[in-house]
Amino acid sequence: MSDDPAVSRAEIAPELARLARRGLLRRGLTLGSLGLLTGCDLSTHSGIDAALWAMLRFNDRVQEALFSKRRLAETYPASAITKSFRFNAYYAVWQVRPVPDNWRLAVAGRVADRTPWPLARLRALPQQSQITRHICIEGWSQIGQWSGVPLHVFLRHIGADLRARYVAFTCFDGYFTSIDMASALQPQTILALDFNWQPLTPEWGAPVRLRIPVKLGFKSAKNLQSIEVTNHNPGGYWENQGYNWFSGV
Amino acid sequence: MHWVGASAIICMILSGWAIYNAAPSLPFAFPRWMTLGGWLGAGIAWHISAMWVLFVDGLAYLAYGLLSGHFRRDLRPTGPRALLHDIGAALTFRLDHQLGHYNAVQRLLYTGVIVVICLAVLTGLSIWKPVQLGWLTGVFGGFPVARAIHLTMMFCIVGFLALHLTLVALFPRTLVSMIAPLEAEEGS
Repeated sequence: MSDDPAVSRAEIAPELARLARRGLLRRGLTLGSLGLLTGCDLSTHSGIDAALWAMLRFNDRVQEALFSKRRLAETYPASAITKSFRFNAYYAVWQVRPVPDNWRLAVAGRVADRTPWPLARLRALPQQSQITRHICIEGWSQIGQWSGVPLHVFLRHIGADLRARYVAFTCFDGYFTSIDMASALQPQTILALDFNWQPLTPEWGAPVRLRIPVKLGFKSAKNLQSIEVTNHNPGGYWENQGYNWFSGV
Repeated sequence: MHWVGASAIICMILSGWAIYNAAPSLPFAFPRWMTLGGWLGAGIAWHISAMWVLFVDGLAYLAYGLLSGHFRRDLRPTGPRALLHDIGAALTFRLDHQLGHYNAVQRLLYTGVIVVICLAVLTGLSIWKPVQLGWLTGVFGGFPVARAIHLTMMFCIVGFLALHLTLVALFPRTLVSMIAPLEAEEGS
């Protein structure tokens, strides 16, 4: 027996080339399958869409872990305020609804006192002013001034169960959303009554809106009708269609 | 490692186009059929899914490159003279392509794209978490600037991909070695 290998490189060269071509073909198919993936948009019942939804839930947990109540959103001088602030809603500006007669902010769920709140009573609570950046999920951002009642102050006033997991918001324009309790208690989260030092007008969320600078803009619900403290995730208008539920920044 | 990372980056780019289309900061939008997800919500879902693949693959690659000496041996950019020489040779199609050896042009391009990808990841994190990672957003000059850099890095990666694929098409045997690693050209 000699030490020579059983086959020489030259003998297996054609086979090697064939294997390489097969690999190349497989890569090509992988790239081609990208074309099929582009049809997966969270609205189908395909396995890929199910995997994407699972990743969204995983991302919620990662964001929750990254969140700290002590980290504050950057604040800006009045000179940084965006001129001609952009109107944004799930409908056009001409569809903005006026504040209903006899409006009261309803309170529900795990709270001790469910008495509805008229606007004047909210005005009587301690107020906080902030100039912060409103960051839209679409990528644009703008700076505005809001003032109103810190949500943690309000939640304590109504005797909310602060160990509950969620705070849900419904609006009289049909919108709804929800946030985690930790973000609700962050000191910059406020029930805003004023925008750029003027009482809110309907297109900016009159009479009361949520203003939460540690979340993407769509979480800052306008035209509030009710607040509920709950342990069941209430979802939201956009969240139910596939926006990331946590959407912290 | 290369192919997992390449797939993740292509997914990141195509889903990033779906996100960009929601509020284009430049005067054009990407055709919907070219995007991954088609609309903003699904684009983000794809983006944050591929993100983890890129993150794990990228960290593994950086660790490998540093520990194995691959970066020091193969990718460390050469001096400007060698670079000018190799660019000249490349433009006149006389640049020698030895498998397993990186010429000055390759070194610059590959090192460049690694830096660009790292910047894309860091600016991406800074616009994903401008409050929780506010210090990082601050490093890049605030949210709007970080977003613009993120977009610019995407264009750089697309530019690299175009050049890279053209060069691979000109020298197809390099692709074979990428798929079925042969002992570098022995005896041929």
